[in-house]
Amino acid sequence: MSMQEARGQVVIMQPELGGTRGPSRRQLERVLSVGSPVALLAMWEGAAWLGKIDTRFFPAPSGIFQEFLTLLQGTELLRDVGVTLSRLAIGFLIGAIPGILIGLAVGLFGPVRAIVSPLVDAIFPIPKIAILPLFLMIFGLGETSKYAIVAVAVIFLVLINTASGVRNIDRIFLDVARNYNAGRMMVFWDIALPGALPSILTGLKLGMGIALVVIISAEFVGAQSGIGYMIWSSWQTLQVEKMYVGLMVISVVGFVAAMVLTLLERVLMPWKRGD
Amino acid sequence: MENTAAIMPRIVTPVGPCSAAHADWASGKSAALPAKIRMTNVQKRFSVRGRPVEALGGITVDIADHEFFTIVGPSGCGKTTLLRILAGLEGMTDGSIEISRELASEASAVRPINAMVFQEQSIFPWMTVRDNVALGLKARGLSKRSRYAAVEPHICKVGLEAFADALPHQLSGGMKQRVAIARALANDPEILLMDEPFSALDEQTKLILEEELLRIWEETRKTVVYVTHSIDEAIMISDRIMVMSARPGRIKDVIDVGALFPRPRNMDAVKASPRYGELFNRIWHELREEVFASRAGIQG
Repeated sequence: MSMQEARGQVVIMQPELGGTRGPSRRQLERVLSVGSPVALLAMWEGAAWLGKIDTRFFPAPSGIFQEFLTLLQGTELLRDVGVTLSRLAIGFLIGAIPGILIGLAVGLFGPVRAIVSPLVDAIFPIPKIAILPLFLMIFGLGETSKYAIVAVAVIFLVLINTASGVRNIDRIFLDVARNYNAGRMMVFWDIALPGALPSILTGLKLGMGIALVVIISAEFVGAQSGIGYMIWSSWQTLQVEKMYVGLMVISVVGFVAAMVLTLLERVLMPWKRGD
Repeated sequence: MENTAAIMPRIVTPVGPCSAAHADWASGKSAALPAKIRMTNVQKRFSVRGRPVEALGGITVDIADHEFFTIVGPSGCGKTTLLRILAGLEGMTDGSIEISRELASEASAVRPINAMVFQEQSIFPWMTVRDNVALGLKARGLSKRSRYAAVEPHICKVGLEAFADALPHQLSGGMKQRVAIARALANDPEILLMDEPFSALDEQTKLILEEELLRIWEETRKTVVYVTHSIDEAIMISDRIMVMSARPGRIKDVIDVGALFPRPRNMDAVKASPRYGELFNRIWHELREEVFASRAGIQG
């Protein structure tokens, strides 16, 4: 046995010094996530200038931005964006509000569930855009058919998520409501609605995603205005840069819509915030 | 198929202070007081995958007005089921329960029969402490102003006045159960039902809350039916302890703790008493017998 082993060993533990030296891991990650799209744009720009990619399909980002600025001068882009936003917002509300109310009733009351769920099960699997011709026939080419198609796309996702949110409310809460003789209205508004809120918001987010898909597709074929119309007509006239501006604008609209819903989540559910 | 028709507790409302209904209720140890709750041959059967299971094998007991009545028993003996039947959350298969109300008056007409304090987290995460405590009053249709005024003393009683506007996620487990107790008391029920309210708490919090419950109960003297698996807790707080057998739950023993340890009760004095140890052992041996019996039943 060596002397060292006989004396035993002392392990010295010291505080880590890493935290005070150089950028933290989190800072590095932040730089990377800003850097990756910037790098991609720079490579795209470079490749376009060097003629490495076909600018008929992939015009240089600077060119797209130039086109965007030009379009901002006119009224066309703003009108198209405004039209699409209002179709989205109105259609979304027409779908979401009854979706929540019916979903709560389906979750709470057996007979309502028995009546509604077969209908939902039958209609939900139909890709909503497939109903567009029918809606164009019923509501005509005007705004109503656009609101209707968005509303139909939204209502099912919100309804299904709301109902499952109610079904997943802890049994104990319904026991408490019964034990304290809470009436139906109180169970509906004070227990089912807040209890299902997390699922309702999930439904709203999914619904917003589908609503974007549906409204843009509807505008491709059944409208004379809106971002979808702008993209489709740019393609037909081979105004590729303008088409890219349309794609960019949708991306921003989708991003902002998701942000609004996340904000709504934070405001409506303070008890889900960890503090 | 089992007969699942729910038989719910019957509410008896005497017409006057000298109601004849009370005369024949005086029986057994609680002779001095009329029975608040009279359970007669309460049975509960249900079926699990088509096989009948007998949960309660006939419980007959009278619980006196202002009594702190505790039920202990091995797990699965049906003690929680019995409490849920009393709460009207489940029906019984056979037997009857009579709960006598206070004098028929306008006030007692709106007074709820029972309020339950549940074992698990049962306060609503989306309501403030104040709104949680005011739940029963809201269900009764009181205006916001009057129910907030009514719950204030109850929030103070459980020591949460500084947290009245807090949301439950900002509270500790012990504080949440205080809210649940305040909610039950604020509803001013005829009887208070408690289903292992402190079993999810740590030992120290549990002891403190037991002491507080004892203090609050001694102020209000509400009839309490309390379910616990803790022998120690049962001895500390009860007037009488009902020991239940393993499934199907029957009454194995009823112990008059009040005769041994009069009130107001001092927890330290109770624990220091040699009678505490004797009582603890008596209940423990009864329970142990049942646990072994039910194990033999499973193996056999």
